[in-house]
Formats: sequence, C-alpha cells, structure tokens
Amino acid sequence: MAFVDYYKILEVDKNATEKDIKNAYRKLARKYHPDLNPNDPEANRKFQEINEANEVLTDPEKRKKYDQYGENWQHADAYEQARQQQQQSRTYSGYSGSEPGSGGFNFESFGNEGGDFSDFFQSMFGGAGGGGGRRQARYRGQDYNAELQLTLQEAATTHKQTLTVNGKSIRITIPAGVENGQTIKISGHGAPGANGGPNGDLYITFLIADDLRFKRNGSDLIATTKIDLYTAVLGGEITVDTLTGQVKLKVKPETQNNTKVKLKGKGFPVYKKDGEFGDLYLTFDVQLPTNLTEQQKDLFKQLANS
Amino acid sequence: MMQTENLTEAQVFCGYHQVEYAFVQDLANAGLVEITIVNQTHYISQNQLPDLERMIRLHQDLNINVAGIEAITHLLRRLQRTQQEVQALRNKLRIYE
Repeated sequence: MAFVDYYKILEVDKNATEKDIKNAYRKLARKYHPDLNPNDPEANRKFQEINEANEVLTDPEKRKKYDQYGENWQHADAYEQARQQQQQSRTYSGYSGSEPGSGGFNFESFGNEGGDFSDFFQSMFGGAGGGGGRRQARYRGQDYNAELQLTLQEAATTHKQTLTVNGKSIRITIPAGVENGQTIKISGHGAPGANGGPNGDLYITFLIADDLRFKRNGSDLIATTKIDLYTAVLGGEITVDTLTGQVKLKVKPETQNNTKVKLKGKGFPVYKKDGEFGDLYLTFDVQLPTNLTEQQKDLFKQLANS
Repeated sequence: MMQTENLTEAQVFCGYHQVEYAFVQDLANAGLVEITIVNQTHYISQNQLPDLERMIRLHQDLNINVAGIEAITHLLRRLQRTQQEVQALRNKLRIYE
C-alpha cells in the first residue's frame, strides 16, 4: 500500500490554509467532476482522489494526524485504537462531504461506495470518512454498465433477453434496429441507494458483431452478390439473400461489373419506428468463366473479332 | 382531469434533495426543466429527474449558478451528440474495413 500525498493531489503546499485547500479542491473538482466528464473513468478516478484528499485536508483532526505521521503512517497503530474508541461512543452515520447546498461533494452520489476511498485512507482513518454527528444524507445508488453482444440478425428483431446483473435476473426488451455502440438506460436497476436514496440505473451498451453477408450503414444494408458473365451480358433473374430471406431479382442485360442496385425496404429496421426499414444495396460482382473448352474459347475469339 | 402518475410533486422532490423550490423554478425559467401544474400543485415529469438531479449536483457540489448550469447543459448535449456522431462514423468506417 503506497503513501498518498494529498497535498500533491490538490496541488497545494503543506502550509496551505483551509481556504487555499477549498479553492484548490473546487478548481480540480470542476475539472474532474463526473457530471462534467460522462463516461470518462480516468476523470472519475481523479475525482475520487481529490475527494479523498479534500476529506482529509479539510478535517482539522484528520489533517493533523496526516501531517503528524505523513509517510510513517504505517506505524500509527494508535490511530486504529483511537478510532475504535470513538466509534463506541457514537453512531457512524456515513459521510456526506458536507451539508447539501454548502458546496461540498457527495462522493457517493456518483456510484462509489464509501469503500472506494484508497487503502491508504482506510488504513489511516478507518471507514470512508468519519462523519460522526453529521446529518445522514441520502445517496443515489451506483450506476451499472454492461455490454451485450448481439448478432446483426438479433439486432434486426425486437426480442427479449434475460441478463444477470449482480446476481439479479433482469428481462429486457431489445428494440429492433439498435446501433452498434448504442447505450440504453434501464432505470432503477443499478445498485441500491443508501439511506433511502434511489437506486442507480443500469446502462447497457450493445456490441453488434460483424456479419459475413451484410455491412450496415445506419438502417441500410450493403452486400455484394456474384453473377455469372452470361447473366450480366444477357440479363436474367437471380436469387439474392436479404436479412429476412431470399428474393428474386431481375438483372438487366449488359450489366457492368460493380453495378449497384437498391432493394427498397429490404434493409435494416429503423430503430423504434415500427414497419420502417432501410434499403439493401447490392453490388454485382461479375464472375468470368474459367476452364473454357476450345470451342468456348473460339466463340469468345469470334466475339472479340466481331 | 390530468393524470399525475408519471409526475413527481416538486415540493416532495425538493425536500428529498434538500434544495429550494426557487432553484428549480430558476431552472424552469432558463428552459432547463419543465414544470407541470395540475390543480395548483407543481409537478416535474419523471423523465426529467435524472437531468434535474445532475443540475442539482452541479449546483450543490460545484457551486455553479443557473447560468453556468445552462451553459454546461448545452455543452453536454452537444458532447453527447458529437459522441453519437463519432459512434455512427465508426460504424460507417467498419463498412470499409
């Protein structure tokens, strides 16, 4: 367990006044506050650090202990003894940073249990903040993030899936047309709140695996289909795959290689728009014949010379 | 008569979060929150609560005033849109990979 330099974290020197610390803390908190840095784990980690530093340096008792022992904190067995004695005489009520409205931070509001204070803090000061005597604050529970892998075919159909999140089964409906990387929120399925606070939310991010047949562009699908030279030259009818099955497609005579055709409404379902579909864009890949017989070669020569 | 099942009474919400109703009113005046009045009681729709809670945290934790919250909210929305756009472009890029 490494020593944590709280002064360095808050970028103040050891003689900093309470006001200096408060200002430094607020400045850094404005930079790293999780509400200002959504989906940024690094900012969240940094915010935890400065929150912990603030917890220690703005509490005269804790700061005194910290300054007194500093890097020799490991020998401060007396801390633990004193803390236990204190705990016997008061009820631990959970630290709120400060009274709401007074400008303090509710660390736990962002889904971090008190136990997320560093091991160093836990070892030196015991639980996550010694807020004995302070008013109990209600905290919203932690938000959970989960990833769900889907095939392209699954993402094309509204269906239900059962997920297990922290030992609890949750049945969710996945609407057809979800995008790769799209996140949906399931309210109230995060961690339970503390002191009567509301539950956190569950955020599910969909990861849609690549499909061998189709590439997706929003609600349109893109695919390549092979046609033989004779169909390309003379025209004809071929069978092509779509997401919902095979369809027959007419090929015009003299179709060039890489010609694109659009199959209207045969693409991907549009998210949350029942009955609306994108289009399927097919590119023809004209296959030249191989292993020609002498007679066939002669016929091609005749064509070439005609 | 208007139903209130998806609405939370503003006073109850303010009591829960220990915030003055005037603050919520200021947010409403700035167009950040919509207050619904039913039979002279002020309500907030439940789908606005996560955003409103975030604004309260910004106010209480960072001492940011309503004008600041307004600016931050616009920027966060723009950030969210940009992130969605980046994700859409990444998905598009996969077509050519």
